[in-house]
Amino acid sequence: MSSRVEILNDGGFRSDGRKQYELRDITIDLSQQGTADGSATITHGLTQVMVTVFGPREAKMRSQTLHDRAVLNVEINVAPFSTGERRKRSRADRRILELAAAIESTFEPVVQTSLYPRSQIDIYVQVLQQDGGLLQACINATTLALITAGVPLLDFVCAVSGGVHSTEPLLDLTTLEENDLPNLTVAVMPRTRKVTLVTMETRLHVDRFRDIFELACAAGQTIHKEMKRAVKDRTVALVGAMDAGAKHPLADPDAMMEDR
Amino acid sequence: MISFASFPSTSEGSGSYTNTRHHPKIEEDEVGMDLDEDDFEEGTQRLTVPGESITSSHAFMRGHGTFVDDEEVIASVAGTVERVNKLITVRAVRSRYNPEVGDLVVGRITEVQPRRWKVDANSRQDAVLMLSSVNLPGGVQRRKLESDELQMRTFFEEGDLLVAEVQAFFADGAMSLHTRSLRYGKLRNGQLVTVPPILIRRLKSHFVALPCGVDLILGLNGYIWVSKHVKESEQEGEEGFDAEAVYSNKNDSIDDATRIAVSRVSNIIKVLAAHFVPLTDTILLEAYEWVVEQEGNVKDLLSDEFGETMVASLGLVPISLLTDVMHTGGF
Repeated sequence: MSSRVEILNDGGFRSDGRKQYELRDITIDLSQQGTADGSATITHGLTQVMVTVFGPREAKMRSQTLHDRAVLNVEINVAPFSTGERRKRSRADRRILELAAAIESTFEPVVQTSLYPRSQIDIYVQVLQQDGGLLQACINATTLALITAGVPLLDFVCAVSGGVHSTEPLLDLTTLEENDLPNLTVAVMPRTRKVTLVTMETRLHVDRFRDIFELACAAGQTIHKEMKRAVKDRTVALVGAMDAGAKHPLADPDAMMEDR
Repeated sequence: MISFASFPSTSEGSGSYTNTRHHPKIEEDEVGMDLDEDDFEEGTQRLTVPGESITSSHAFMRGHGTFVDDEEVIASVAGTVERVNKLITVRAVRSRYNPEVGDLVVGRITEVQPRRWKVDANSRQDAVLMLSSVNLPGGVQRRKLESDELQMRTFFEEGDLLVAEVQAFFADGAMSLHTRSLRYGKLRNGQLVTVPPILIRRLKSHFVALPCGVDLILGLNGYIWVSKHVKESEQEGEEGFDAEAVYSNKNDSIDDATRIAVSRVSNIIKVLAAHFVPLTDTILLEAYEWVVEQEGNVKDLLSDEFGETMVASLGLVPISLLTDVMHTGGF
């Protein structure tokens, strides 16, 4: 044990210099990616994930079409250079399929799929860098990408990971911490404070669960503010550009050239 | 009490520290969320994000882009709030095309099925074009025969582009198209450009003839057909419905000048769309004249720099591809 890096030192700092309840730096990029309907790139510290959303569009797989609502289709690609150990994962990798299923079940109750019968919403996740909190980054990026695609959602979904070091709860874990600590990921809908996902791959003492769960729910609200601000900035920029164009002296829609 | 803070960024600006720290107790823009009726009267547009409460559901009705929960009307998409009397709707900034009856759309055939074609029209489902809603060779009033069903591919094949009008909706919301006008039908002699549907406004006519020898069809679904100009007199008259010409797959000969004009107009549309400028023929024309003055190569148009100068020259604000504006969190 002594050879290991200290998770939480005597001064109360973690290996990357954060305090216990401090989140990593978040950057959000909502610029357009190719022909996608919506796209978002989110960075949590050194974890970076890009999500593109296509749809709602005509379902490709007719057999899986539902006549009363849209189908969510999540596909994940993990870039081989994203991790420390460089190995190529196949698309059918068990862990990746599990991750895709987790994202799908998180968004199923949040996306208003019943508005789009017989359609399909494709969510393509590209993992560019991994340093812990992969699921959390995937979920946050998917929320933002769905919003930029104009897909109706009941609310944002904000995810954050948390762990326990002996009795001390920690938030937003890095790979180093994730490997050593019992940890869980929580996704919350900030308005109603409903929880759409709780996953845990490790064992956690039942007495500790409550602390860390409540902490993660509260941290979700902080992440929500960041995400909301990014979405608002984008909306302001786009609506502003459109207004400027519409108020342009040449832009009177009734002034057709024939009339002149 | 616990407190959170995102990792203090090392980036520029002395005042940026206050921006990057988020204390849960500091409520930033939560003020003014609940509004009363008067707030809609103001000229300013109100923007909203999913999950944001707009107003009480007692006084107002919910429209598209909203839902009701706990006696409140709540937005489900990010965009502008619009109000018509008691009806509240939220229009998403970017979304797929929402069809309405009578809209002119440009689409691409994706499938040939018994007595119908499936058409991709940038909507949430493929549109349907029934065999009975196209003009068949041999007169507009001709009855449809079984032999027509067998040779549907001679009219439209997979991959063909067409211009049509939204005729009706099916129960599941899919749209039904028709091409029963001489202005509608198969498209040739040109190029397709795709833009966000919100940038296309409803116009008196969506068939635009630019003086540079280029015809435009502005589909309300965001598909724009840019093609060689066809003279009015050469367009098929009511009597002379020429099936051969209407369903032909061959382009007319197009001279180099027209080809350059077509690609120039296409590139201008792409640049304007990247800067989120609503498209009208007058703006396009102004831009075209400016581009011709610059005497640049047609492909230079697509460089960011040139595009920004063009948008600025039109008296509009170029959004530097949104990335600068969009970057949040760190600042």
